[in-house]
Amino acid sequence: MRILLVEDDQTVRGFVAKGLKEAGHVVDQADNGKDGLFMAVSESFDTIILDRMLPGGIDGLHLLETIRAQKNRTPVLVLSALSQVDDRVAGLKAGGDDYLTKPFAFSELLARIEALGRRGKGETGPATRLLVGGLEMDLLSRQVKRDGQKIDLQPREFRLLEYLMRHAGQVVTRTMLLEGVWDYHFDPQTNVIDVHVSRLRQKIDKPFPTALIHTVRNAGYMLRDE
Amino acid sequence: MTSEPPPGQPPLGQPPLGQASVASRTGPRPKPPRWARRRTRRGDILRSASLRLAAVYAVLFMLSAIVFMSFIWWATIGLLEREVDAAINADARALSERWTEGGLPALADTIRLRLAGNVDDDALYLMIDPAGATIAGNLATWPAGVVRSDLTYQLRISRDGMRGLADVKAFGLPGGYRLLVGRDVRARAILKRLLTDTLLWAMLMVSVLGLSGAFVVRSLFRRMVRNVASTTRAIASGDLAQRVPLSGSGDEFDRVAETINHMLDRIARLMDGVRQVSNSIAHDLRTPITRARARLEDASLHATGTAEMRAAIERAVTDLDGVTAVFEALLRIAEIEAGARRSAFAELELSGLLDDMAELYGAVAEERGLTLERRAAEPIRLYGDRPLIQQAVANLLDNAIKFSRPDGRVSLSASVDAGLAKIVVRDGGIGMAPSELARASERFFRAESARSTPGSGLGLSLVQAVAQLHGGQFVIQPREDGADGLDAVLFLSVRTGPNDAAQPAVARMEPASSPDHEQESRDALLSSS
Ligand SMILES: Nc1ncnc2c1ncn2[C@@H]1O[C@H](COP(=O)(O)OP(=O)(O)OP(=O)(O)O)[C@@H](O)[C@H]1O
Ligand SMILES: [Mg+2]
Repeated sequence: MRILLVEDDQTVRGFVAKGLKEAGHVVDQADNGKDGLFMAVSESFDTIILDRMLPGGIDGLHLLETIRAQKNRTPVLVLSALSQVDDRVAGLKAGGDDYLTKPFAFSELLARIEALGRRGKGETGPATRLLVGGLEMDLLSRQVKRDGQKIDLQPREFRLLEYLMRHAGQVVTRTMLLEGVWDYHFDPQTNVIDVHVSRLRQKIDKPFPTALIHTVRNAGYMLRDE
Repeated sequence: MTSEPPPGQPPLGQPPLGQASVASRTGPRPKPPRWARRRTRRGDILRSASLRLAAVYAVLFMLSAIVFMSFIWWATIGLLEREVDAAINADARALSERWTEGGLPALADTIRLRLAGNVDDDALYLMIDPAGATIAGNLATWPAGVVRSDLTYQLRISRDGMRGLADVKAFGLPGGYRLLVGRDVRARAILKRLLTDTLLWAMLMVSVLGLSGAFVVRSLFRRMVRNVASTTRAIASGDLAQRVPLSGSGDEFDRVAETINHMLDRIARLMDGVRQVSNSIAHDLRTPITRARARLEDASLHATGTAEMRAAIERAVTDLDGVTAVFEALLRIAEIEAGARRSAFAELELSGLLDDMAELYGAVAEERGLTLERRAAEPIRLYGDRPLIQQAVANLLDNAIKFSRPDGRVSLSASVDAGLAKIVVRDGGIGMAPSELARASERFFRAESARSTPGSGLGLSLVQAVAQLHGGQFVIQPREDGADGLDAVLFLSVRTGPNDAAQPAVARMEPASSPDHEQESRDALLSSS
């Protein structure tokens, strides 16, 4: 993916850029709003990582509103040191697709960026069937089969698996699951997500020789067919 | 109060009344130029509220005394005067009737008869013919100047060698005869003099009383102001222990002093709260930071391989994540308490929300060998902040699960009563001592028995803030049925729109565990943040 990174703090920018490059992405960097805006409108990117507070007269939200006004639909992840909910809402309202507060773990940022990048490509029509390895999910009849064997899932487990399958091959973090599957925006205090994933594993992986749901250390989970 | 300059700003020239004694003790001060001095002094007197109050008191006192005395005068002397006038008129009317009935002789006879029968010897009559000769009566001559018949004349007369005062009236009779009817009012004059003397003396005494009363008022007022002023001055310069002294009489001044003292108490408690919270913050953030620092330093000095180094760094990052979490929780609580979140309020259905929470946490409970019961309930509609209510319930469920004994039972239920939704999270866990219960929702508070479990002691502070934001209350108490464990009860107002019954009656619920200082320490953090 080609990613534009607009962030004024050099340490954070360097660290994020390095990490993204390591993950195989191409990164263009800007350290102020003006340059960022220029690059965002003159070139095309798969995703933009945008710090909210930027020097140089144009702050993150302003930049975002400007490119959205020009019908630029590039997915944008807003980074901010402000965590208050109103700020989050303002970020999303201005046209942001995701919002991450500082300090953040790089794995969280990477997972979200990759999810955004894929979303940007757009799915070819609403799928009615998801397929990963031997795992098969029919979204209409709400049936799940692995290697032709029917698996009974609770509605929530179904949603969890659907989310993992839609993001197959990508890391999904616990927060992404909490937000994407449960639509919760709070800190669950304990390892609730781990418990639910492990329950799902009992049904999806346990009876079969190979595991599809993998734990990614310090990051989250990934559904992948090896 | 107007006589007091703002603290720390010395008054120009003569210090105002309330400060006189203080200022004189602070030693000589440079004299301002003459014009300024004179002007300030006059200004001070005009501006002295105590003097104004005293003057108003004295003036009012004397005015009312004057009104009172005037009334006495009018009621006695005035009444007597009016009676005399009426008597003279009645006499004259009777005499003129005699004249019409029997003519001159009958009238003369009547006058003589009357004079003979007059016991008090105060009646005066005189009838003269057109030439001025006396026909009947007890006056020697017609007094000069008495001509008009529509006026009452007051005369000095001398009769039988006695001098006296008389009210007389003249009446014309047909044929040029004239009649004079009067009353001797010597007694009234004496009474009048007596009364005047008395009233004058009374006036004098009233003035003395009024002035001394004014003086007392002024000194009372000044004492009060001085007490308040010196106390607040001491507080402004940092001595928070000062209080306004009470006279002990329970009067209005005492009540003002009490109110001020109460306010000072509260401020002092808030300050304590701030101190306590910032100490806790310092402690709770310093510990993980120190740990992280030590790990990193240790690794940089002693690590022998990349693996070891990496492990140390990873643990340090975890420590820093803990710091961030505490920090975020504190900010969040402060944000909630500031009411900033009210803009995110929307209609929501509580029972469904709780069902979902139970589903999310049920798995966790099960994994730890516990059961989470969710009693099905009617839909409960309310107006609130969904993520915050979820967070609060999550904190309660997390505690219940965390502090449960193996094989324990946790239940989550909700009901509505008197405009309040009541969410109860009940556990059969280790419980808390009564003294700890009272402090449970203080920031950073963790019971002794909780030291070994993870957590930072901010969970219940957030629950409390959420309750308050929703016009409710949070109570944590021993289980109602007496079994081991706790009932954590979260009350939320069930108003269904932004303007519907803004403040429900929560006063009737005495919280088992939300003492004043808790609220205050939260206020404290809020104001310090
Ligand atoms: N259900 C409970 N049973 C027994 N003790 C409890 C219960 N709930 C709270 N407590 C006590 O009250 C303290 C404060 O609770 P609180 O939720 O605020 O903090 P915590 O759970 O220790 O940390 P955090 O919630 O921040 O992770 C706990 O440390 C514990 O001692
Ligand atoms: Mg807790």
